[in-house]
Amino acid sequence: MKKEFKASINRALNDANLTGALGKFSEAYKVNRAKAYDGMDFEALRSTVAEAKSKAACHLDEVADVFKANAEALGAKVFRTRDPQEVKRYILQLAKDKGVRSVVKSKSMATEEIHLNRALLDEGISVAETDLGEWIIQLAGQTPSHMVMPAIHMTKEEVAEIFSKEVDERLSTDIPRLVKVARNELRPKFLAADMGISGGNIAVAETGSIVLVTNEGNARLVTSLPRIHVALIGVEKLVEKFESVAPILDALPRSATAQLLTSYVSIITGPTPNDDGSEKELHIILMDNRRTEMAQDPKFKQALQCIRCGSCLNVCPIFRLVGGHVFGSIYTGGIGTILTAWFDELKKSEDIQGLCIQCGNCKEVCPGKLDIPEMIMEIRRRLVLEKGQPLLQKAIFGVVNNRRLFHGMLRAASVAAKPFSSAGFIRHLPLFLADLTDGRSLPAIAEKPFRDIFPEIVQPQAKEKAVFYAGCLIDFAYPETGVALVKLLNKAGIEVVFPEEQTCCGAPALYNGAYEVAAQNAVDNIQALLQQEAQYVVSACPTCTVALAHEFGKTLESLGQTEWMEKAQELAAKTVDLSTLVKRLTDEGRLSFEEGEGLSKITYHDSCHLKRTLKVSEEPRELLQKAGYQLEEMFECDMCCGMGGSYSMKLPEISAPILKRKLQNIKETGAPVVAMDCPGCVMQIRGGFDQQEGGVKVKHTAELLAERLKG
Amino acid sequence: MYELFKTKASAVGAEVHRVGGKIEAVELIVSLLKDENVVDLPGCRAVWAEGTFLNGIDRGALKELPGLSFEVTRERAAQAKVGISEMSFAVADTGSLVQDQSAAADRLASSLTDIHIALVPSANIVPDKVSLFSRISPRTSRYIAFITGPSRTADIERVLTIGVHGPQRLVIIFVDGLEGVSR
Ligand code: SF4
Ligand code: SF4
Repeated sequence: MKKEFKASINRALNDANLTGALGKFSEAYKVNRAKAYDGMDFEALRSTVAEAKSKAACHLDEVADVFKANAEALGAKVFRTRDPQEVKRYILQLAKDKGVRSVVKSKSMATEEIHLNRALLDEGISVAETDLGEWIIQLAGQTPSHMVMPAIHMTKEEVAEIFSKEVDERLSTDIPRLVKVARNELRPKFLAADMGISGGNIAVAETGSIVLVTNEGNARLVTSLPRIHVALIGVEKLVEKFESVAPILDALPRSATAQLLTSYVSIITGPTPNDDGSEKELHIILMDNRRTEMAQDPKFKQALQCIRCGSCLNVCPIFRLVGGHVFGSIYTGGIGTILTAWFDELKKSEDIQGLCIQCGNCKEVCPGKLDIPEMIMEIRRRLVLEKGQPLLQKAIFGVVNNRRLFHGMLRAASVAAKPFSSAGFIRHLPLFLADLTDGRSLPAIAEKPFRDIFPEIVQPQAKEKAVFYAGCLIDFAYPETGVALVKLLNKAGIEVVFPEEQTCCGAPALYNGAYEVAAQNAVDNIQALLQQEAQYVVSACPTCTVALAHEFGKTLESLGQTEWMEKAQELAAKTVDLSTLVKRLTDEGRLSFEEGEGLSKITYHDSCHLKRTLKVSEEPRELLQKAGYQLEEMFECDMCCGMGGSYSMKLPEISAPILKRKLQNIKETGAPVVAMDCPGCVMQIRGGFDQQEGGVKVKHTAELLAERLKG
Repeated sequence: MYELFKTKASAVGAEVHRVGGKIEAVELIVSLLKDENVVDLPGCRAVWAEGTFLNGIDRGALKELPGLSFEVTRERAAQAKVGISEMSFAVADTGSLVQDQSAAADRLASSLTDIHIALVPSANIVPDKVSLFSRISPRTSRYIAFITGPSRTADIERVLTIGVHGPQRLVIIFVDGLEGVSR
């Protein structure tokens, strides 16, 4: 990671205003969004939206042609181009032909994308952004930090400062007064402008309409007052049918700002009369800028389903810490990383793709059903393909790919404290063996790994068998979790088998874009885990469970190693996480817990992969309560703890404050114990409490349950 | 549905009234204009965009309001404190008003003034967007405008502030007994 990039992260982290504003906003957003969607079937709605958008994306050319034909039949001029330079040329030529001296703009990300303002100013044409946030950043000479709230990073003090210069008068920080100033300053610009430039939130092929969604009313003025209206629209805004407008209008404001509808929505279909009775000139520019290419890419096609609501930013734990500017100049956050990789170039996303911790929050709320974390992984992979794996990583993954060597080193690590840390590369080993990082201690490698303990456990002879997939952390750092798991299953009359040939699940390699390594891990594990006939393959690590149940197949398929697909599917079908299995066994009456009078209070931390990929969140809670604990929910129980595999080592400056927040939320419940289902989270959170006096006890659910088994 | 509309529209800061007929509507408007000193103060004006509501209205009775004009130009609208216009539909589930605003006067009166007084036939409340779109279509209406509450922004420190570029007050008057307006 480049030095300047790290520096920009640190600047953002140290900006208390920024992190304060974003933190407060994202907390309120969550509650308000839920309210706005109350009584609506979000899953159904987003399926409708995603389907309409993806259908259009599949036939972009045709749909654009239909749009053009219909809009032109009504008198609009439609210009479609792949090249952003041509967009600028078209607008400049038009301005020249029509003697345009001044332009007012309504918010449009597409114009930011091509730096249109610069081009107009260079020709001596004045340009005023009229969306308040956009105007603020225009005056400040900055770029938007959020696609819906472009100036969210600025304080009222800064705005007052900027506006004071503009009106040459000392303004106070009274927000309504500042808004008034903007109204007064911009009003004459609206009335005098020769050309209005807008974006477009939806473009409907069937009717040739464009739909504009705003709160301030500036889009109404921009499209009404100047005699020329130019709408610059990315082709991903196209839908085929008018009937798709309603669901997008249902989703967009709710997701963006938790409103049922914005103050203003305008559906413009062809030119309308100006107030002097002449007909307005309406130019609609459909801009491609690699969107068609994107539509043809199987992995990135879904990005065209984006309705630019920005909700992915609002829920992103990273975005709320560092804000938008760290991501670059135009599109920010997770979706911004993807758009930057395409609209700008893959190389530009090299640093910023590393910001994503893969927590899946964005995917859960996206009304366009985009799988942002998956696309970011794909970017990582392509960067690796393009540039090759960094040497250091290559060495590490070389080790991981050699089971004997890898396990040997892990064992060796327990003999002396950090024997390899001076060797440099070892500290970058996936998941552990790193130096101490800020605010978190790392686990000691267990003296005796689980694989050496397991043979000492006498197994019941039973018909039902479960293969235990431990994963590196449980095997080498937290064998007690493995022991607890075995105890639970044995109690239910299940024989546990532990194939020694199992190895790393490949997640560290995968999340770093090293697909070949991950594929090798997959094949090794498939062979090891399917060796024995068993009903289940069970894991107490959600990241491993996700790898076994979802990633192996995908990874192999993406590399064309189809000979393993059937086996991968077989493995996936058998794979289950511990809590789900224990819940099932408990429901069947095969396991029961001591009826304790309420033990202590307990709080539960949802691990990202368990809750959002595996969709398991109720099971462990129910089990812990059955085992006698009194559940006390924490604030933001499902927010990432900042672990993210090797993330905490690559970006400790981001991981540490995320962890700090998590620790605080845990402590505020007053519970002396926090439970969780992921050994990675255990490592992170336990490490955090380790350094605090009177820390909270951190336990894997398996251990807490095993302690409370009846009989 | 009126109640639902009223709840939703009030929640976003609109003022909702309902009157029995045209005469009461005009009375209410006159009193609103008087409250806003449209008559007395110099420079304070009101513009009223033409529409079916005005058919059969005795405009002479409105003469006592010298600041009121039925000719909506951009200059007048930009100076006016109050804009009066008709909206065709009210959408209950979001508290929105909808009109075909292809006519520039309709847009000027409802977008440039500080206060927008919107007249809506009570008969034209529809439950949601889907039912709205069966009554209004881009094939016949070139500029379909939705208005939901007054103009707002939260661009400075996320503080909700009313009245940026559009009206800071939206006064909605439902009028009973009007023919449902078709457009
Ligand atoms: S990716 Fe999804 S959540 Fe993010 S802006 Fe696009 S539609 Fe909204
Ligand atoms: S997966 Fe998490 S970290 Fe990555 S972009 Fe989405 S919300 Fe942000």
